[in-house]
Amino acid sequence: MSALNTPAHRPRLSLGPILYLWPREQVLDFYAELLEAPVDVVYLGETICSKRRQLKPEDYWELAERVTAAGKQAVISTLALIESDGELKTLKRICADERFMIEAGDLAALDFLEGRPFVAGHSINLYNHRTLAFLAERGLKRWVMPVELGRATAAELLQRRPEGVECELFAFGRLPLAYSARCFTAYNRGLGKDNCEFCCGDYPDGVLVTTQEGQEFLSLNGIQTQSAGTHNLLASLDEVRALGVDLLRISPQSKHTADVVRTFADCLTGDLDPAEGTARLRDWAPSGLCDGYWTGESGYKVGMPA
Amino acid sequence: MELVCPAGNLPMLKAAVDNGADAVYIGFRDDTNARHFAGLNFNDKQIAEGVKYAHDRRVKVFVAINTYAQPKGWERWTAAVDRAAGFGVDAIILADMGVLDYAAERHPNVNLHLSVQGSATNPAAIGFMQRHFGIKRVVVPRVLSLQQVAHLIRETTVPVEIFGFGSLCVMVEGRCLLSSYASGQSPNTFGACSPASHVEWRDTPQGQETRLGGVLLERRSHGEAAGYPTICKGRYQIDGELRHAIEEPTSLNTLDILPDILAAGVSAIKIEGRQRSTRYVTQVAKVWREAIDSCKRNPQAFRPKESWNQILAQVSEGAQTTIGPYERTWH
Repeated sequence: MSALNTPAHRPRLSLGPILYLWPREQVLDFYAELLEAPVDVVYLGETICSKRRQLKPEDYWELAERVTAAGKQAVISTLALIESDGELKTLKRICADERFMIEAGDLAALDFLEGRPFVAGHSINLYNHRTLAFLAERGLKRWVMPVELGRATAAELLQRRPEGVECELFAFGRLPLAYSARCFTAYNRGLGKDNCEFCCGDYPDGVLVTTQEGQEFLSLNGIQTQSAGTHNLLASLDEVRALGVDLLRISPQSKHTADVVRTFADCLTGDLDPAEGTARLRDWAPSGLCDGYWTGESGYKVGMPA
Repeated sequence: MELVCPAGNLPMLKAAVDNGADAVYIGFRDDTNARHFAGLNFNDKQIAEGVKYAHDRRVKVFVAINTYAQPKGWERWTAAVDRAAGFGVDAIILADMGVLDYAAERHPNVNLHLSVQGSATNPAAIGFMQRHFGIKRVVVPRVLSLQQVAHLIRETTVPVEIFGFGSLCVMVEGRCLLSSYASGQSPNTFGACSPASHVEWRDTPQGQETRLGGVLLERRSHGEAAGYPTICKGRYQIDGELRHAIEEPTSLNTLDILPDILAAGVSAIKIEGRQRSTRYVTQVAKVWREAIDSCKRNPQAFRPKESWNQILAQVSEGAQTTIGPYERTWH
């Protein structure tokens, strides 16, 4: 067995890109706080909507320099869905900058990143070993597993991964479930995408969608549909470690992100029991925790630990 | 512009061929295709007969192998590709990069189409797929306006196929996990959205309820029309109001903009609905054949006949139809 399978294996923590439209000051304050937190990798950039420009690529590059100076790895994340010419041009410009690692969100990014080191985000459909090998030959250094895949497939892919390719799991946050041409936030305010008035800015963690019997079900974030439930892998930490997963991603939310990071970090160092950590996380999840995808069930459920 | 019609079984295939399809698309009886429904799809004997029937009448046959393979069961996808190639079909419709890589290497002479599930919405994504797998056509997801489709066609050398009629996916295809969030099974992993085995219909004193994986998608008064339940067409509470927060229970019909579709340079127009009936494909193929022929003869004068829309309305799912994302105001 490789050294990775010993209990000493400790995945690193990453901070995913901010998925919501927060005011510029809030974003800068957020990173000022999180740069002090025990994360090893920080993903930066707009991944949802090209109309959001409160931070431009230049601002993200500047933040990336600060991330690097803080001794962490900065990765620039890119749009999950590319439709327009303007979006494609911006993507090309971002991918032309070789100072930082880039995370591909749409297939278009693979076209621009081929031949240099890159990360495939969870919105790139990487479901099997052959896709993994194919992308590794083109420069893939890390992939974030599509969130609907669970531990069984993770185990198989980790066993068959090419040399030098890291595996990252979406470990905490409202799940990214779908993307559309339609902006649902604007739609529900009676507006169109072209005159959206940036109303997604009114919902720092998305707009909650509740079923007719009161189950908090989805969260709408512009063109993205998320789960209302917060996906959490801390309860499965021992299993995740045993599989040899390299990175655990914590997806930013408007409150308590630094607390979440510290809770994960304390569990990884052995200073906190994962069950106790999970109990803490429950208080910080706006609509409760779930992990059904990991255990091979419906995503919204709380699965049985292995 | 080619008319591509769905066939969930041999009688549907024959009906599509007899009523004006230029091509039919089919799938095998397992999770390698995105209409993995009980009792649907083709075994080897039926495929052989279907291909012969279509080819004798100069109609093409495409096989959809357009779900995402996981390591466990990988051989099912490669075997499906080998089988499809063995039947001499006119194209295989694929989505998964790993499966595309396999097919391009093993069957370099077979035409590969990138499925709508492949989620390529721009020239760079399509170019990547063309460069590595030699795709001969791309079916574009229902996220582009018609103006964007026209622009895309100018920017790529890969012929473009679009959806023209049938159920409307609201999300970019291939990257929608709503179904598995509620049921554990998605188009990508299982080949079905809202798998019937996880759907419940229940009459309650509050009304008729439909659930997926236990989640209440809709509760309507008795007698209100009900389409097949999917999460994106459900009715929920949002911002203190009860409404269809994602999309109304509509289906797609682009007949009204057919001249613009033709002018945009679209290579093929696809009819959704392999899970529907022989009657469905008969009616829809007949109307669309007549419409396309009439539009080609005189695009300026083209107006959909009242009788066509009546026939299509009868076979549409849900009460309303929409031009959907092809019209910018939908976005």
